Amino acid sequence: MLSRVAENLYWMARYIERAEDTARLLSVNSHLMLDLPGRLPLGWAPLIEMTGSLEAFTSRHSDFDERNVVHFLCADIDNDTSIVSALASARENLRTTRDVVPREIWEEVNQLYLSVADHAENGVSPRRRDNFLKSVIRGCQALTGLIEGTLSHGPARTFIELGRQLERADMTTRIVDVRSASLLPQNPEELLPFENLQWMSVLKSLTAYQMYRQQVRLRVRGPDVLRFLLQDPNLPRSIACSLETLGQELTLLPRPDRPAATVSLVRADVVDADIQALAHSPSKLHLFIDELQIGFAAIHDTLSATYFVNDDSVPRVTQTQSQSQSQSHVGDNDND
Amino acid sequence: MSQVNWNNYACRDYYDELIATPGQPRDSAGELCNMLARFSAEELAERKTAAEVAIRTMGITFTVYSEGTMIDRAWPFDIVPRIIPASEWRKTEAGLKQRVQALNLFIDDLYHDQKVIKDKVLPAEVLAQSVNFRPQCVGINPPHGVWAHVCGSDLVRDGDGTLYVLEDNLRIPSGVSYMLENRNVTKRVLPELFASGKILPVDDYVAQLYDMLAAMSPRPGDDPQVVVLTPGIYNSAYFEHAYLAQQMGVELVQGSDLIVDDDNVVYMRTVEGLRRVDVIYRRVDDEFLDPEVFNPESMLGVAGLMRAWRAGKVALANAPGAGVADDKVVYAFVPALIRYYLDQEPLIPNVPSYLCMFEEDRRYVLEHLDELVVKPANESGGYGMLIGPRSTKETREEFARLIKANPRNYMAQPTLALSTTPTLANGLPQPRHVDLRPFILSGPEIHVTTGGLTRVALIEGSLVVNSSQGGGSKDTWIVETDDKAAAAAVQGA
Repeated sequence: MLSRVAENLYWMARYIERAEDTARLLSVNSHLMLDLPGRLPLGWAPLIEMTGSLEAFTSRHSDFDERNVVHFLCADIDNDTSIVSALASARENLRTTRDVVPREIWEEVNQLYLSVADHAENGVSPRRRDNFLKSVIRGCQALTGLIEGTLSHGPARTFIELGRQLERADMTTRIVDVRSASLLPQNPEELLPFENLQWMSVLKSLTAYQMYRQQVRLRVRGPDVLRFLLQDPNLPRSIACSLETLGQELTLLPRPDRPAATVSLVRADVVDADIQALAHSPSKLHLFIDELQIGFAAIHDTLSATYFVNDDSVPRVTQTQSQSQSQSHVGDNDND
Repeated sequence: MSQVNWNNYACRDYYDELIATPGQPRDSAGELCNMLARFSAEELAERKTAAEVAIRTMGITFTVYSEGTMIDRAWPFDIVPRIIPASEWRKTEAGLKQRVQALNLFIDDLYHDQKVIKDKVLPAEVLAQSVNFRPQCVGINPPHGVWAHVCGSDLVRDGDGTLYVLEDNLRIPSGVSYMLENRNVTKRVLPELFASGKILPVDDYVAQLYDMLAAMSPRPGDDPQVVVLTPGIYNSAYFEHAYLAQQMGVELVQGSDLIVDDDNVVYMRTVEGLRRVDVIYRRVDDEFLDPEVFNPESMLGVAGLMRAWRAGKVALANAPGAGVADDKVVYAFVPALIRYYLDQEPLIPNVPSYLCMFEEDRRYVLEHLDELVVKPANESGGYGMLIGPRSTKETREEFARLIKANPRNYMAQPTLALSTTPTLANGLPQPRHVDLRPFILSGPEIHVTTGGLTRVALIEGSLVVNSSQGGGSKDTWIVETDDKAAAAAVQGA
């Protein structure tokens, strides 16, 4: 597979996952706002910080009010962290690589972008927001299902999976971060009555509530939820699970040593985390999440150095080597 | 809106492809025209909408530039197919094969002995002033002696029903993907008519293209690595590059994906390392192909590609330099070239042409600018033309100046009464002018597409069919009119 194509597919998957998870992020905050009494100073500004778009936001808006923030993150095509922009970027990445995936995947990405672009402006109003965000999540999930069900096992699928899992791990940490220092009052006394409510919102926004109940069987409590979302080996959206899948996917690729080592290091951080301490200190949790995100960036950098940036010093692949390589992918074709 | 009534179809002024006289469809079009007449206005509108939805969903687009930004437009498509009887098509196909065969012999001759000039069939000054002759290609022997592996020749029909070749595109002809997609859309929109089996299929093309490319590999024993080289997503034909690569199951590469090593071998950058490339179907112009040899500023090409090609380490389609025969002045000599190289009479006529380089022709052209179509030798896309009967005095004077300044660069042809075909406008079929671009593949064997891409000038009275200038397209049906022949064709397939 061409390095450029691998990189485009990887980014396509990241952007699709980013669109979906941004919708989840907005959804959890919307629900929290409805559930919490007005006297708690919970706001929308932290979402902007969390998506790393503070500068872009303040250049356009002076007020961090609900309308501005939601519009900025859903419908603002000039903001590269918005849902519409993410889907536009996914489409652009696939446009140049559509020759390696079944045509229906391109049609679905194209359709999803066009439909979300058509509805984004209206979709930000409080009355329609829930439906709009659900339709984004559903569209992205449909695409993930289509890829899972139609794309042959091989490098295209591997790079899509790498992009999706890394972005998912990253965005799940951001969603968990909704519960962290910047969003909630520092005084635990005031927080207590609503704590369970908030964790339940986080679970629901990740479609993890039922899975949590089956797995944990206790009432919803902060430390249990945090452990579940960070460390559970079976929940598809847990950080540990995403990193585990990442590691497995890497074994399908040539020269996986460096990226695989980086993934192991980050994974160890997650698995060894002191959940009790994190659950009771929003500021510690926030710092921990920052650390994880630095780890995710390191994973991206090693993937990029190994597979995407390909200068003249790279070894020549002879026909025999490349054939034995492609045999390691089930259903691989001759033309990758 | 009202229903289709062919009695009201105004086809008196031009030859119409489907309707012989108002109310009277041609034999090959009877079934289609009757069906359209049975549709209610709503049903016809529904089919049109279905086509638009299909095109949007399938992402069939072409790219235009407007005020510095790139816009991806949905492919303009008309649902009423253009029909050609199979018996007529077989003759046309033979004529196209003959033509391309002569053109390839001609190009090969120009880059070797230039007998055609020594024998005074082509004036030496035509070659001397050709902007597409590449001295870098002299003496090269591409596989099978073929230079123009993919040719797109534009055919037009005049008022008396004769098909003429209007021009040959030998550099990087585009449009075949739209031909294939038009068929896919039409099958979704008018499925009823395909049941009879009289419409000949078009989908052999991609397999034939791949086979032709694979046969050019410099390492015939191994599994050849074929790639499509595109200038990138900003090229107006990018859709087609991606489409063909996907349909052939080969990599779509950009210049930056390839490198040429000191051993003159071309490699592509893959996640596994560098992998050898054997055949490049390049959709990048000659001038941008290799900054070492041509335009040194080019970011689209691959440094060293010409070295690799000359060394025989990689095959290129079309061969650099093939454009020398894609020149509207050389065009005028093609009938003579067919006689010279093949000792045959041309099966498809050329449109009569006046070459401004000859004094007598030039005088005639300058005196009849208001009647003629004047074309520069090396433009494509319908740019830089004068259409005499629709021109202003000012533009005619401008062209007179241009012709006198550079006579070799201009040729003129009578304004043809281009044929029309029914095309939906405001919900009803109206006559609109069309041309036809079949594609011819030359390798060990020559293949011609079944029909080709029909381009239509969507604006009433317009003769300009280019999609960049308000043209659209439609499916082209080669139809067996006699049931026995249809059965034989099915069995043969």
